[in-house]
Amino acid sequence: MVLKAFFPTCCTSADSGLLVGRWVPEQSSAVVLAVVHFPFIPVQVKELLAQVQQASQVSVAVLGTWCHRRQETEESLGHFLEGLGALFSHEPWLQLCRERGSKSWSCKATRRQGPAPLAPVCEDQVMLVFYDQRKVLLSRLHPPAALPERQAGDATASAGGLAAVFDTVARSEVLFQSDRFDEGPVRLTHWQSEGVEASILVELAKRAAGPICLLLACLLSLISAASACRVFRPWPLSFIWSKLSTCEQLRHRLDQLTLVVSAPRAGGPTQLMRKANTLVSVLLDMALGLLLLSWLHRKDRFAQLAEALVPMADRVAEELQHLLQWLMGAPAGLKMNRALDQVLGRFFLYHIHLWISYIHLMSPFIEHILWHLGLSACLGLTVALSILSDIISLLTFHIYCFYVYGARLYCLKIHGLSSLWRLFRGKKWNVLRQRVDSCSYDLDQLFIGTLLFTILIFLLPTTALYYLVFTLLRLLVVTVQGLVHLLVDLINSLPLYSLGLRLCRPYRLAAGVKFQVLEHEAGRPLRLLMQINPLPFSHVVHIYRLPSCGCHPKHSWGSLCRKLFFGELIYPWRQRGDKQD
Amino acid sequence: MAGPGAGELAMEDERSFSDICGGRLALHRRYYSPYCLEFCLSCPRISLRSLTAVTCTVWLAAYGLFTLCENSMILSAAIFITLLGLLGYLHFVKIDHETLLIIDSLGIQMTSSYASGKESTTFIEMGKVKDVIINEAIYMQKVIYYLCILLKDPVEPHGISQVVPIFQSAKPRLDCLIEVYRSCQEILAHQKATSASP
Repeated sequence: MVLKAFFPTCCTSADSGLLVGRWVPEQSSAVVLAVVHFPFIPVQVKELLAQVQQASQVSVAVLGTWCHRRQETEESLGHFLEGLGALFSHEPWLQLCRERGSKSWSCKATRRQGPAPLAPVCEDQVMLVFYDQRKVLLSRLHPPAALPERQAGDATASAGGLAAVFDTVARSEVLFQSDRFDEGPVRLTHWQSEGVEASILVELAKRAAGPICLLLACLLSLISAASACRVFRPWPLSFIWSKLSTCEQLRHRLDQLTLVVSAPRAGGPTQLMRKANTLVSVLLDMALGLLLLSWLHRKDRFAQLAEALVPMADRVAEELQHLLQWLMGAPAGLKMNRALDQVLGRFFLYHIHLWISYIHLMSPFIEHILWHLGLSACLGLTVALSILSDIISLLTFHIYCFYVYGARLYCLKIHGLSSLWRLFRGKKWNVLRQRVDSCSYDLDQLFIGTLLFTILIFLLPTTALYYLVFTLLRLLVVTVQGLVHLLVDLINSLPLYSLGLRLCRPYRLAAGVKFQVLEHEAGRPLRLLMQINPLPFSHVVHIYRLPSCGCHPKHSWGSLCRKLFFGELIYPWRQRGDKQD
Repeated sequence: MAGPGAGELAMEDERSFSDICGGRLALHRRYYSPYCLEFCLSCPRISLRSLTAVTCTVWLAAYGLFTLCENSMILSAAIFITLLGLLGYLHFVKIDHETLLIIDSLGIQMTSSYASGKESTTFIEMGKVKDVIINEAIYMQKVIYYLCILLKDPVEPHGISQVVPIFQSAKPRLDCLIEVYRSCQEILAHQKATSASP
């Protein structure tokens, strides 16, 4: 196999010295991490390498020599470098050489074919791959390759291919901690040798993170303890809390915040990204909520909203009344059963009358309620949207009731019809065996059954029409609520930090690598530039999505149609942990 | 074709082929070393005729709507749509040339360059490549040949986990594919021979 030498771009202009790095025998590749400059004491170099090896579990060794010649005639340096091969023995021994000011490189990799020092040497072909050390250090490959255990040592690199290079550079961070201003015994060149990178803000944030997280964790545990206390246990209250989507959203946010402030150092890089995403999402949410609040307060919009609300509810009720009058007449030219029509119509009209009285009772308090609810927008835009969704459900409660009445009636009718139809054919539903069995009925059973069947089937169009109309209304309300929930879900689960990282620092999230062939001359080794191929945005969203509330429709279209046909009640936006009705 | 002689630059070679619809393709081969080869296939450029035709259609339709509705927003919207559509087409759809770079013992890299300059690259490591083959496929009413890379299945040693087609938007004909196939097979054979012996 061709020998691949991974050479950092920061070392291409470094002075002559020793190459220090890791040799991966399975891929026949040498990953150069740094260059050790003259003068050095071999014992100290070996000590440094042993220290690095122990700290990072990466088998760092001297791989060869690096020669950066000023002019053609520096033969003494060349001989000296060759003599170093005897001091630091490594198979294969790499000799890289570059002429200053030109782009011509020469590489040689020699391997002894026997144990004796005078055994014949054979040369391998070498291919140079340049890589940006800083970017490779900071980037993270997706999907993450299975990395070897830290405790097991670096005996076998189970990370295949290029993941091994990334792994090596990432784990050798301790080698890059010293820069040229340190008074150490050994002088190295690597990406941080011009000065270790650090940022005051980041350091301050790290120091402050500990106490702040502790404080916030205490606060959050207080809040969750308060919300779980006995006052909210009794049945009516707990039922209401479970139905309101606002409570669900608040609970979700509480969980997320608890996760963010828990143990700042624990968890791997995935956990860190998740925490960062959650934090950014919460902050953006609150910012949008405050924006909304300021907009609502600006022109006294609360009063406008409150004034508009009651007439709107009145109008909805009026339209419903018109609809029922239409149904009680001859809707779309269909002929209804007069008596049943009147009964159902009057029943629903009475309900609407009750509803309007209730709204008029509430109208003086609406502005205050709205103002106080509007304050909750400072907790986040998602909370405000959840409140909006809850207000919609409360205001359209009568439509929901009508839908339930219509659906139950229709469901009873359908079940009655199917059972009597079986009777017509002389069959019966066997509950024990869950199948249809034949059965012999008496004459009077058959007579009554047929009578009831006839009655039901002639009353079917009326009931079906009422059911259809109210189901459509209910579906309309559910669609509007569903859109609001979708928006809330989007804000909850979008990984904004990862998207921002992909936009501003694309090398941090790597899908792979790409190679570019640099200027090539015949007789010289092949030189490639390895760059990081960033992850596409769709993959970033897919991998780093935050878990959302879980309020997703659980039915497929087929089962939904089936339920509608048989009159079973549909709850497309089931909250987590609710039992089926 | 002879290999590089002493003092010569990397060998380059350009030939012209045709794709399955009859358009002209140019295959540009660069031979960097015995174990590194690059093929660049250039697709036919966007033709002025089709561009003019599409623009005229859109603007005529917009003008027709304008005479119906008397709203000048339609005309500005039509201009906007045409511009955005053209930019979107150049950036996301129209591929200028496709490149295949094979490096022995490293891997195979495929790059698609769009007309707006955007490049999208995929690199497959040599350890995952099982073979490079020419396969047949039924495409609309035709049977076409396409070159693809077979990837190894990590679980099953003789299985194939994925088939990755190359030159998907250029769609060259069999003669061009055979050229590329031969060179790929040479390198793969060399790679298998050297990896078998440690």
